[in-house]
Amino acid sequence: MGAANNATPIDGLMIARSFPMIGSRRSLRVLERNALVYRAQWVMLISGFFEPLFYLLSISIGLNKLVGPLPVHGQFISYAKFVAPGMLATSAMNGAMIDAIFNTFFKLKISHVYDALLATPLDVTDIALGEVLWALARATMYSASFIICMAALGDAGSVWVILCWPGAILTSLTFSCMGLAACTFMRTWQDFDLVALVQLPLFLFSGTFFPITQYPQWLGAIVSFSPLYQSAALLRGLSLGQFDWIMIFRAGYLMAIALFGLYVAARRFSKILAP
Amino acid sequence: MNPSTRTDVGRSRWLRSWGYHAEFYAQTWRGSVASSVLFPILFLAALGIGVGKLVAHHHGLVDGQTYLHYIAPSLLATTTMQLGEGESLWPVLASVKWVRTYHAAATTPLEPDDILYGKLAWVATRAFVTSVFYTIIIGVFGALQSWWSLTLPLIGTLVTVAFSAPLVAYAARSQSDASFTTLYRFAFVPMFLFSATFYPLSAYPGYLRPVVQFFPLYHGVALARAAAFGQGSIPAQLGHVTVLVAMAIVGVAWGRRTMRRRLTD
Amino acid sequence: MSETHILEARQLVKRFGDFEAVKGIDVAIDRGESFGFLGPNGAGKTSTMRMISAVSQPTSGTISIFGLDPRFDGPEIRSRLGVVPQEDSLELELSVRHNLEMFGRYFDLPRRVVRERATELLEFTQLSERANEKVDNLSGGMKRRLTIARGLINRPEILILDEPTTGLDPQARHLLWDRLYRLKREGVTLIITTHYMDEAEQLCDRLVVMDQGSIVAEGAPRVLIEQFSTREVVELRFITDDHEEYYERLAPFAERVEVLPDRVLLYVNNGDDTLRDVHAAHITPSSALVRRSSLEDVFLHLTGRSLTE
Repeated sequence: MGAANNATPIDGLMIARSFPMIGSRRSLRVLERNALVYRAQWVMLISGFFEPLFYLLSISIGLNKLVGPLPVHGQFISYAKFVAPGMLATSAMNGAMIDAIFNTFFKLKISHVYDALLATPLDVTDIALGEVLWALARATMYSASFIICMAALGDAGSVWVILCWPGAILTSLTFSCMGLAACTFMRTWQDFDLVALVQLPLFLFSGTFFPITQYPQWLGAIVSFSPLYQSAALLRGLSLGQFDWIMIFRAGYLMAIALFGLYVAARRFSKILAP
Repeated sequence: MNPSTRTDVGRSRWLRSWGYHAEFYAQTWRGSVASSVLFPILFLAALGIGVGKLVAHHHGLVDGQTYLHYIAPSLLATTTMQLGEGESLWPVLASVKWVRTYHAAATTPLEPDDILYGKLAWVATRAFVTSVFYTIIIGVFGALQSWWSLTLPLIGTLVTVAFSAPLVAYAARSQSDASFTTLYRFAFVPMFLFSATFYPLSAYPGYLRPVVQFFPLYHGVALARAAAFGQGSIPAQLGHVTVLVAMAIVGVAWGRRTMRRRLTD
Repeated sequence: MSETHILEARQLVKRFGDFEAVKGIDVAIDRGESFGFLGPNGAGKTSTMRMISAVSQPTSGTISIFGLDPRFDGPEIRSRLGVVPQEDSLELELSVRHNLEMFGRYFDLPRRVVRERATELLEFTQLSERANEKVDNLSGGMKRRLTIARGLINRPEILILDEPTTGLDPQARHLLWDRLYRLKREGVTLIITTHYMDEAEQLCDRLVVMDQGSIVAEGAPRVLIEQFSTREVVELRFITDDHEEYYERLAPFAERVEVLPDRVLLYVNNGDDTLRDVHAAHITPSSALVRRSSLEDVFLHLTGRSLTE
């Protein structure tokens, strides 16, 4: 489809216009390019998957025994089964954020890869979407292998764990759109310390390691705004096969953040690349 | 050659390299405060308090300690290990390859050895300051139960140098940072997780225990824990110290070679 | 030790594994002189520079700088040298002034002295207005000037510059040359490598031409040109795929003829006369140019290759 002229200011219709463009063949070129570049760095690609796996393994060996079964909606589950979906959500977040923020920043402001791409028939929205598609392609691979490991270690709650797959891909979408938007605001490498400053507290306090019922009520209410919390809770429910209407709300929340992030990212990309 | 002129410019040259690193840090410290001060506290809060509550409920004390107290000293060791990693790989590669500021330093009276010693001395300085700060924090949390705790800053510094020295040497001979990420993910993350950091060695199956004890970080964790709680035998602690000192010595010897080769060839 | 030359190198060899970068060169440089190493990339200039700046040890041969031996007195020698490396190697995240002041500390200069000198040198290199800016924001020419200022922070007796103007625009080059003249007038010995002919002719009292690790000629630029070239050169271009086919026809018109991929050079004493003769013989180049001989021609004559290819 003919993408809108990137030089025109993008208005509220941007969201509506973004959807059909998921089919834009030109975005696939950006995906291809990334895949080609990464082929040379396959060790990095594979090793990225091991970090959460190590966490999972470490918890299965030790903390599992120290913490013991936890009640989740009346069902008692082992600590490892409690934590595993949170780790899956975290790995989706980390993968998406690191790629969206660091690599995109490098291409946007340091190596000027995008300026070269813009000299081709690609336009700004093709690029932003291409980056998102790339993040999703990676997430699909990562989360599948993570779920297989979860099952192999006995940390899956039920056969419904298979539904964690689309859940994790949705999580990646959310965080890569947020990351893309955030990356356009970065000025120097020093600003990246701020990224870790957001990422780590999210990781530690989003109900990944312990239920948010432990917080005082007001604090729990704040934490429930954390997209990582919503993702972890969604994936936990899916893993345990505890279906609930609230899952639709959680998925909707993640989707809404993704769209907002994409909207901001596309707008800012246009501003930076084709002012 | 004239021996007297040699000693004149030879004195305290490593100190100038230390001063350079210190001044550089004074200009650029802002971002690193979060990672070296705030992050360990966040870990301590999430795991010590959050997970600690669950542990207390189900398991009770861990080796006679609350879970918060149990992991507080080990987080000192992991934090100082991470400080050693963070200061040594990318910054050194940048200095010998991307920006070549060490090459610039080598055109001044400094010898490659001076640059190396100054760097390590600076990393040790940072580790000491961070460790003092961290020791005070865990003291506030009530994790310090022995006068041996006063040695925690020294233990933290030792852990940092034990990791920093070989990593500086390695970075000084690297051509790219491609291997660094792999090193992080396959060496430092597992070490962080599997050095009896978050639960006792006894939780591991018997055949895995020697593997855990093989990790250098394990010795740092054990040492820090022993100092904080005033437990464990002196010979065992001397064993841990020996492992870490040996790493530092081997690292320095290797670093002298790699720095010289990188800067003077 | 008597100090006849400020720097003297004998039979200098540098080997990297099997590769011999410098193949036994001899150089002697006098105090206050401006001395050049001229040659294409890969001629061994940078390896030579690193040895005579007492950083890299020669594989064999001896060097004496200020009458001292770098093997034993490296720090003492380097405390009296200034080095401007090929790559700027500045701290990009720090300010211009901090770059100077921190570097001064390497020489153990007191803070007050460093501050004064930094102010002076920023003035000298026309960077005063940028003193508090981050180096990252400077242009290539400004970074180069800052690197020169850094090399001068210890008031060196010798300033060694490796390719000082490579990558700079003409205006930035001239500004830089002007600063180097001033240093020379103040009595600083300059040692410069370059692959630019005009730079060598402008800056150097005396130079050596290096090729593949060896010195192929030595002398003052004018003397070298007189010795190895004619007074003038006629450059002829033809509409052809191969300029070689004109060699035979043009050979009688000149002392020497060089055929390059895109033109033919005739070495003669009077270019205008030769050009007239060529036209009279009904040879019609698509363009013709008469110019004075330069070091480029010396290099071409000595090595059979062009310097800038």
